[in-house]
Order: sequence, then C-alpha cells, then structure tokens
Amino acid sequence: MDLTLKIWRQKDAKSTGKFVTYSLKNISPSCSFLEMLDILNEQLINKNEEPVVFDHDCREGICGMCSLYINGRPHGPDDAVTVCQLHMRKFKDGDTIVIEPWRAKPFPVIRDLMVDRSAFDKIIQEGGYVSVNTGGAAEANNILVGKENSELAMDAAACIGCGACVAACKNASAMLFVSAKVSQFALLPQGQVEAKQRVKKMVKMMDELGFGNCTNTYACEAECPKLISRSNIARMNREFMCAKVI
Amino acid sequence: MNSSFLRFSSITKKIWMAFLGLFLMIFLVVHLGINLCLLRDDGGAWFTAAAHFMGTNYIVKVFEIGLFAGFIIHIVLGIILQVQNWMARPVRYLVSNKTDTPFLSKYMIYTGGIVLVFLVIHFVNFYFIKLGLVSNPNMLPEGEPDFYVIAQQLFAMPVYSFLYIILIVVLGFHLNQAFQAAWQTLGINHPQYNVCLQRFGTFYAIVVPLGYMIIPIYFLLIR
Repeated sequence: MDLTLKIWRQKDAKSTGKFVTYSLKNISPSCSFLEMLDILNEQLINKNEEPVVFDHDCREGICGMCSLYINGRPHGPDDAVTVCQLHMRKFKDGDTIVIEPWRAKPFPVIRDLMVDRSAFDKIIQEGGYVSVNTGGAAEANNILVGKENSELAMDAAACIGCGACVAACKNASAMLFVSAKVSQFALLPQGQVEAKQRVKKMVKMMDELGFGNCTNTYACEAECPKLISRSNIARMNREFMCAKVI
Repeated sequence: MNSSFLRFSSITKKIWMAFLGLFLMIFLVVHLGINLCLLRDDGGAWFTAAAHFMGTNYIVKVFEIGLFAGFIIHIVLGIILQVQNWMARPVRYLVSNKTDTPFLSKYMIYTGGIVLVFLVIHFVNFYFIKLGLVSNPNMLPEGEPDFYVIAQQLFAMPVYSFLYIILIVVLGFHLNQAFQAAWQTLGINHPQYNVCLQRFGTFYAIVVPLGYMIIPIYFLLIR
C-alpha cells in the first residue's frame, strides 16, 4: 500500500504546531497502524529528521496509552479497538490519512501526537478507589455480591482511561470516563461506603479541569474501545442527585 | 451570565435543564389545547373564552411566573453550558468528527436558538399585546385584546404562516432529541424502558408540532 500521511507536528507544549505531509510506500495491509508509524519513524531517523512522537505501550489494547485521532475518529475507522489493534487493511491503497492528537483543553499537547492525560489521574485521585485504612486484606467472600451487579461493575471497570470519549465528544466531555469509574464502585458493597463523597468530588474535579458538559450525543459510547455504556452516565447522574439531595 | 449559575456543577445545571425542559413540554400540550379552539367555527368564542381564562385566573397567573422563570433558566443554562463546551476544545480538529451519532443531537443549541427566535416573534405578536407592551387596534368590548382576530390576521399572511410552520418543524426536531436526553440526564436509563421512552418522545415530537401546524394551514387554505 502507498499512503499519504498528514501528521500534526508540534515541538513542545508552547510551540505552535502544524500539519506535515509524508509519503509512505510498500506498507503491508497486515501491518498494524502503530507499526506503520514505526516504519515512518525509521525512515525519518535515517534521513536525520525528528521522528513523530506518539503514545503507545502494551500494543495489546489493554493499557489505554495509544491515542490518535485518525481521519475524524478516535482510534481510527475500526469499531471497539484501540489504535494498536487497528490494522492497515482497514485503509485503501493511495489513501490520505490525517493523524491528529486528542483535542481538549484538559489534554494539552506535549509533543506531536502525545497529549498529557494526567487530568484523568487527578479525577481518580479524588475518589476512584476504595479506602482500606487498616488491617490485612479481608476475605473476599465475606461480602456477597449479586451476579448482575458484579457483571455491570466489571463492564464499567473495563474502561482503560484512554480518553477516546473526550476526543470523540463534540464538547470534550469526560462524563463516560468518570461515570465508568463511579459506577464500578457504586455497584459493589465495598464501594458504597464512600459513594456519595466519591461522586461529588470526582464531578467537581472534572468540572474544575475544564472538561465540557455532556449533551447526550453518545459519541463517547460509539467510539469507546471497551464498549462502556452510556447507562453509566445515567447511573452517575442518579448517584450525584442522591448524594446532593439525601 | 449570572455567576451563581456558573458555580453549579455541570450535572446540576444539566438536571435543571432536563426538569425544566420536561415542564415546558407539558406546557406545550396545554398551549396546543387552547390553540386548537381556533379551529372551531364559532367566531372565536371558545378561543376567546380560553384566552380570557388564561389571562384572568389567579392560579394561571402564578403558574405563568413559574413558566417564565422556567423559560429563562432553561435558555440561560443552555447558553452557559454551550459556552463552556466551546471553551473545552480551544483547538479544533482538522477533520470533523465522523462518529455515528444521532444527527440532531449535535445541533441542539442551534435548534434551540431558532426556537428562541420563534418565541420572541410569538411574544411580540401575542403576549406583549396582553401585557400592553405592544399596541394593537383589535380590542374586545371588555377592553381585552381580541386574540382570535389577531391570530386570524397573522395566519392569513402566507409568509407568516410559512415561517410559523418552518419554526414549528425545528421545534419538533429539538423536542425529539430533548425528550430522551432529559430522561438520560435524570438517570432514567434502563433497557426495559428506553425503547418506550424513545418512541413516546418521537410520537410527542411529531403529534404536538403537527397540532400546531394544522392551525396556519386551516386559516390559510380552508378559511
């Protein structure tokens, strides 16, 4: 496959970036998208040019590091996969591929296609955990959990925090991410002890960081590589209302 | 913008938007019931009686204050949320989003803006006359404005009727998305009820605007 790549290049957070066009020849359709970028970088290094900086880690679709906005879609044209699981067979010979970083005020570009997603960490620090202040680990089977709730909690916990929901949302809203983290604890007895303060603090932090508001377009759900459901957003809204009113 | 509004969390603002939106949707049905009195061939007797009741009943007057507050808060919150949404992405994407989402969900602020224009026109033509802010020569012997004659004259103008129908269609689009979005915001999302709510919302967004559209069509083509 011969491809034309239009890639966002930005030296550092303070610089003004621009799109740079590259031509790539003889790319195998079996190649993964990140391998294709590796090939490009190899060619750039051989020409004494700066390689394109992009986030990646496990390349197995579980770490949530890869974060590219490809031809108008976070994680590219395939459904329910991260960029590392995207393959070049999803593109056609002669295609022009536009690659952009996640765009959101709380996700500033660090360099090229790499963005700072520590905003998600700050939200998690506000309550995305269960406090165990003393003693050893309790016997897990001491607290019984209903099958339905444990399944729903596991579905919510599948969120890898990649930020595709924010990137896809026209408002750069982080509601799907925050709601998944709130839900995975709210559904379990262990998480219910701190449920009220958790939802209030995490939503407060989400707002302070400058994420947008949810307008129910459900682009987040459509682009989530882990198929996190928007029902988590409804659950978080219920949790938030209860925490505020009761 | 009121700073106290800004201090509310994003979810609080949205919950208020949803509650008030549903409240306004109930009002639209009441308003339609009164408007449909225009279709009776009684020289406007029913419509005038209904307008008189709405203009003089004390309970309705109290309700009217709540309604106005509802409209204003819904509009102000909508604007605040939208401005915050624009600020959340200062640098736009080169390629616009290709995600498959409900088409109208992306344009709620624009359909809402068009409905606001419609509301202003409607107020100038009717409500401000009642308040005495706009003068009109069509008065009843009791000293109240003759809204039947005013409506008849307005809907007899093809340009006005055509514009009215277009704006009502936009209102229908706004309502279709708004209804299901309001329940989601209020935390009502369950596989058992979602389809019912969605179908009822679409039914409402078709039937209520159709009811409003019948009136200009009746005055323009039948009367």
